[in-house]
Amino acid sequence: MGLFDRHAGLLEAYRDVRTTGYDPFQIRMERVLSPTKAVINGRETLLVGTNNYFGLTFDPSCMEAAIEAIRAEGTGTTGSRIANGSYSEHVMLEKEIAEFYGKKHCMVFTTGYQANLGVISTLAGQGDFLLIDADSHASIYDACKMTQAEVVRFKHNDPASLEARLRRLGDKPGHRVVVLEGIYSMLGDSAPLREFVDVCKKHGAYVLVDEAHSLGSLGEHGRGLCEQAGVLDDCHFVVGTFSKTLGAIGGYCVSDDPDFDILRVTVRAYMFTASLPPSIVASVRQALRVVKARPELRTQLWDNVATLYDGLRAQGFTLGPEHGPVVGVHLPDRTTAIGFWRAMLDAGIYVNVAVPPATPNGVSLLRCSLCAVHTKEQLEHMVEVMTGIGRQFGVIPNQPPMRAAAGR
Amino acid sequence: MRTAHELTVENDGIVDTLIRTQTVSRAEVIAEICAHLEPYRTGEKPIAGDTVIAKDLTIDSLAIMDMVMELEDRFDVSIPMSVIAEIHTVDQLADTIRELRAEG
Ligand SMILES: Cc1ncc(COP(=O)(O)O)c(C=O)c1O
Repeated sequence: MGLFDRHAGLLEAYRDVRTTGYDPFQIRMERVLSPTKAVINGRETLLVGTNNYFGLTFDPSCMEAAIEAIRAEGTGTTGSRIANGSYSEHVMLEKEIAEFYGKKHCMVFTTGYQANLGVISTLAGQGDFLLIDADSHASIYDACKMTQAEVVRFKHNDPASLEARLRRLGDKPGHRVVVLEGIYSMLGDSAPLREFVDVCKKHGAYVLVDEAHSLGSLGEHGRGLCEQAGVLDDCHFVVGTFSKTLGAIGGYCVSDDPDFDILRVTVRAYMFTASLPPSIVASVRQALRVVKARPELRTQLWDNVATLYDGLRAQGFTLGPEHGPVVGVHLPDRTTAIGFWRAMLDAGIYVNVAVPPATPNGVSLLRCSLCAVHTKEQLEHMVEVMTGIGRQFGVIPNQPPMRAAAGR
Repeated sequence: MRTAHELTVENDGIVDTLIRTQTVSRAEVIAEICAHLEPYRTGEKPIAGDTVIAKDLTIDSLAIMDMVMELEDRFDVSIPMSVIAEIHTVDQLADTIRELRAEG
């Protein structure tokens, strides 16, 4: 018996994946050229799977801010905020994010994963109830493993399913904390947040929304689904990440709760890991300014979503339920998904491949994520390439289906 | 005057009471679980009370949790994830559901 025997099933599946040629989990970007281009396998490749929604990784103002910060304050903080203290910039970043949301408090974490892990597992404790959407991100599931609270899942994006579970709790003592996501990371669909908030209000439950994929992309000011649905005041905690729209790394949580700061000495994922380095804090502060100053990036992103989503749909692909900065393309099984993914890479287009157990309901997907700075030509080319491969694999008809059926 | 909203809530309540007061036999719960598990059966051996769900069948952990969600709604109970983790056999799942119903 070896230590790795329990992973035998996974090892076998992984071996299968690798026999198709490239290993989708070990892709090497030999050189990254821009938010939308990299050299992979010696070939210039279009990137449509990097969550770089506004293309800010190469924004000159963000890059300059980071470089300046390194010159001024060095490369790293070499410790946590409670041990080594905060840099002024950490505090300013927190103030700016709180202001962005119009909330009183903000805590910044070293990753979004840690923000969810730490905040969710700490907010709901012994005797409390944590209610999570069935399609929640791994960081939320991992928080559930750490909490002392009772955890119950409800059906994805189904307020009635949540309500049934809150109702069954009856008048049992204990807080209820409901965890939702603005945009779900695999299929790009949004939560019916207003309906969820109504249910939570009726049952006195706290609401936490993870806006990882919706920061920047949703809402008049890019604050996310909470803003778009007009329920920012009713969402007690908003979590997010700097690793997608803001083009860096890190996570945050904002709240109006007057005692919020107690989390700084109770959340272990905050207390026992090094804080963000000055360069990251500086580029994130600048990226947030760009998000505020350039709403046209949001418009461009959604125009690009429409080009890809409507283009694929018109050819007969089965997609996620609605337009979103993530476009999930359903494929019949794991082998087809990996073969399709590889054919796309050979054609110079990089997307993500998502297969069970990482996907909801055991589906196999190509997961595309759009960028405001993709051009219409690039995306039309992508639709063409995917149509060719899709016909070859027999996953779409050889003729586009009737227009009426393709409309949205 | 009552609003439509309040009426709905009250109707909900009546339905709940109806579901809850109906007793379900152990055999009924087991039959329902077995029906959900049937697609994951391997070989000839029928699914029974002593079937070890994650081991004797081809169902993965996520699909088990999804099945539990269906059973929760069918029998109007909520089974915490930590409790699901401790359940191995069909019998144990059925007993958990019946105990939770009795508590509710
Ligand atoms: C919904 C969701 N929440 C949280 C995270 C974690 O973010 P980070 O990359 O900052 O750890 C991600 C990204 O992986 C995500 O998709």
